[in-house]
Amino acid sequence: MGRTLSEKVWDEHVVRSTAGEPDLLYIDLHLIHEVTSPQAFDGLRLAGRKVRRPDLTIATEDHNVPTVDWDKPIADPVSRTQVETLRKNTEEFGVRLHPLGDAEQGIVHVVGPQLGLTQPGMTIVCGDSHTSTHGAFGAIAFGIGTSEVEHVLATQTLMQDKPKTMAVTVNGTLPEGVSAKDLILTLISKTGTGGGQGYIVEYRGEAIRALSMEARMTICNMSIEWGAKAGMIAPDETTFAYIQDKPEAPKGAEWDQAVAHWKSLVTDEDAVFDKEIVIDADEVTPFVTWGTNPGQGVPLGASVPSPEDFEDPDAKLAAEKALTYMGLEAGTPMREVHIDTVFLGSCTNGRMEDLRTAADIIQGHRVADGTRFLVVPGSAKVRLQAEEEGLHKIFLDAGAEWRGAGCSMCLGMNPDTLAPGERSASTSNRNFEGRQGKGGRTHLVSPEVAAATAVRGTLSSPADLTLANA
Amino acid sequence: MDKFTTHSGVGVPLRRSNVDTDQIIPAVYLKRVTRTGFEDGLFAAWRNDPTFVLNNEAYAGASVLVAGPDFGTGSSREHAVWALMDYGFRVVISSRFGDIFRGNSGKAGLLAAKVDEKVVQRLWDYLDDNPGAHVTVDLESRTVRAGEGADAIEDSFDIDDYTRWRLLEGLDDIGITLSHDEDIAAYEATRPSFKPVTQHA
Repeated sequence: MGRTLSEKVWDEHVVRSTAGEPDLLYIDLHLIHEVTSPQAFDGLRLAGRKVRRPDLTIATEDHNVPTVDWDKPIADPVSRTQVETLRKNTEEFGVRLHPLGDAEQGIVHVVGPQLGLTQPGMTIVCGDSHTSTHGAFGAIAFGIGTSEVEHVLATQTLMQDKPKTMAVTVNGTLPEGVSAKDLILTLISKTGTGGGQGYIVEYRGEAIRALSMEARMTICNMSIEWGAKAGMIAPDETTFAYIQDKPEAPKGAEWDQAVAHWKSLVTDEDAVFDKEIVIDADEVTPFVTWGTNPGQGVPLGASVPSPEDFEDPDAKLAAEKALTYMGLEAGTPMREVHIDTVFLGSCTNGRMEDLRTAADIIQGHRVADGTRFLVVPGSAKVRLQAEEEGLHKIFLDAGAEWRGAGCSMCLGMNPDTLAPGERSASTSNRNFEGRQGKGGRTHLVSPEVAAATAVRGTLSSPADLTLANA
Repeated sequence: MDKFTTHSGVGVPLRRSNVDTDQIIPAVYLKRVTRTGFEDGLFAAWRNDPTFVLNNEAYAGASVLVAGPDFGTGSSREHAVWALMDYGFRVVISSRFGDIFRGNSGKAGLLAAKVDEKVVQRLWDYLDDNPGAHVTVDLESRTVRAGEGADAIEDSFDIDDYTRWRLLEGLDDIGITLSHDEDIAAYEATRPSFKPVTQHA
């Protein structure tokens, strides 16, 4: 019987396999940031261990860094200590670091691909759940906890039970103005936050093949939001073209060898998945969340649901609690929900295409009175490229804020947070209670919806702007 | 890591589903570089509410948390496990756990016991009716018990064999893996040269 893409990549990385024990899996690339690594380095020091493969390890600063005054010392002493600890640790253990102010600094999941370190057929881990992003290249990539970070630092391996396999086939074509973000939010609303648990998911089908690498990263990024171990997309010409000129891409004869191997990384025709889901891309519309987990979403054209709409008692109770927290009344059209802050950025939607799309929509418009629009590039390189293209001027002219690179308002850890009760439309990945700041209320949206919402001050799609101008 | 065989302690009914790790400990508490002292961040937002179950004196000293489905979803932060343990929890019982949280628990020595949804419901009702009552979790026999007599609750829980063995023995994962150093070195010798590296000579 044939094998799936994930089985092929898995099998290539098994160092040791014994019945009754998890497989010992080799890790090709370990990404590090300041928040989940300090205790791991401490553990190494205590045990007198070193980093086994500093040459397969890379660090950057993203979660805890400010996006204004980033060229000055970090004001918050606790944050500063954490960032300085990373600098000390990477120096002591010989790990490459791209610190704040460096041209390659940025969100770890934006940095890996743009350096060309993320390649098909690899195993990639990081102490961050959105490591699933790298699966867009046909890699097995997943988030780990700090104990596992220490384990990888010390051994370059991880003990892992082999997950089951699932195929999500997306047929058809995404309609105009509908993006990868709408597709993944639609999928999560169908499966719930636990639907992918225990599976490595392969996204496939016509609509997936048509996506750019950046859009594929958006899809794989949110795999964890429906509980999947990892998300993957088979590499193809789009993948190879993206990698080819990147700094760390294979060169010369090695490039040819690599591509020849990468072309074998597809699911065999006679392979069988443990589970399959089929989605029709033609049916997907702009999609937004109303609740406090990424599965609580509806089409933008719909209304806030009522707890009575849910049969399952847990879902009913969860909806009640979510509506109270979000300050929403059942039956309110989503388009009438007023937004205080629009956040464009994060490892989900903080790349060049996201910024270009949003700039294109907001050009010639103004950010609505009473709404602020925060634009945060995913990496310093994205910021520099956007500035070269003049996108920052478009945003600034519209009344938006143009920031330095980092995780920013995605997670309420650095100075970019919502105030209690403040409501955001956010291109990030989590609408959990307090995720963007204590008491903050988050609606997850695509970059298209974010830009249109910034203009109208209520949840909107670009089509609403055209209608208003007609 | 301490060995875990059996544990009996005050059970707390957390009647919520989808308790993600941002709820268990908000990001603002993750700035510390130490391995301990995270108890103040545990369920930080909810603990401001006087009616929150952990603020009920009857459950003081609790060490067994009984939660709704999809406990520990979301962020990979192991700080969520540390916060629970620093607060005094040794066991979390739920019908479904986030994968990364479950893995982190096993590494840090917190027992994540997966039970049938009906068992959670029965434990909730029992602990509501008998605040301060104990729940006993036996890792050797994989059973969870509470109450006495005809209404006593006794059921099995799921945990993978390997994590169970490690917890029972209190073993350090890295030590185990380093004993396979020859296998790792042999694998490394076969890696293709086109694989990327982060440092160049």
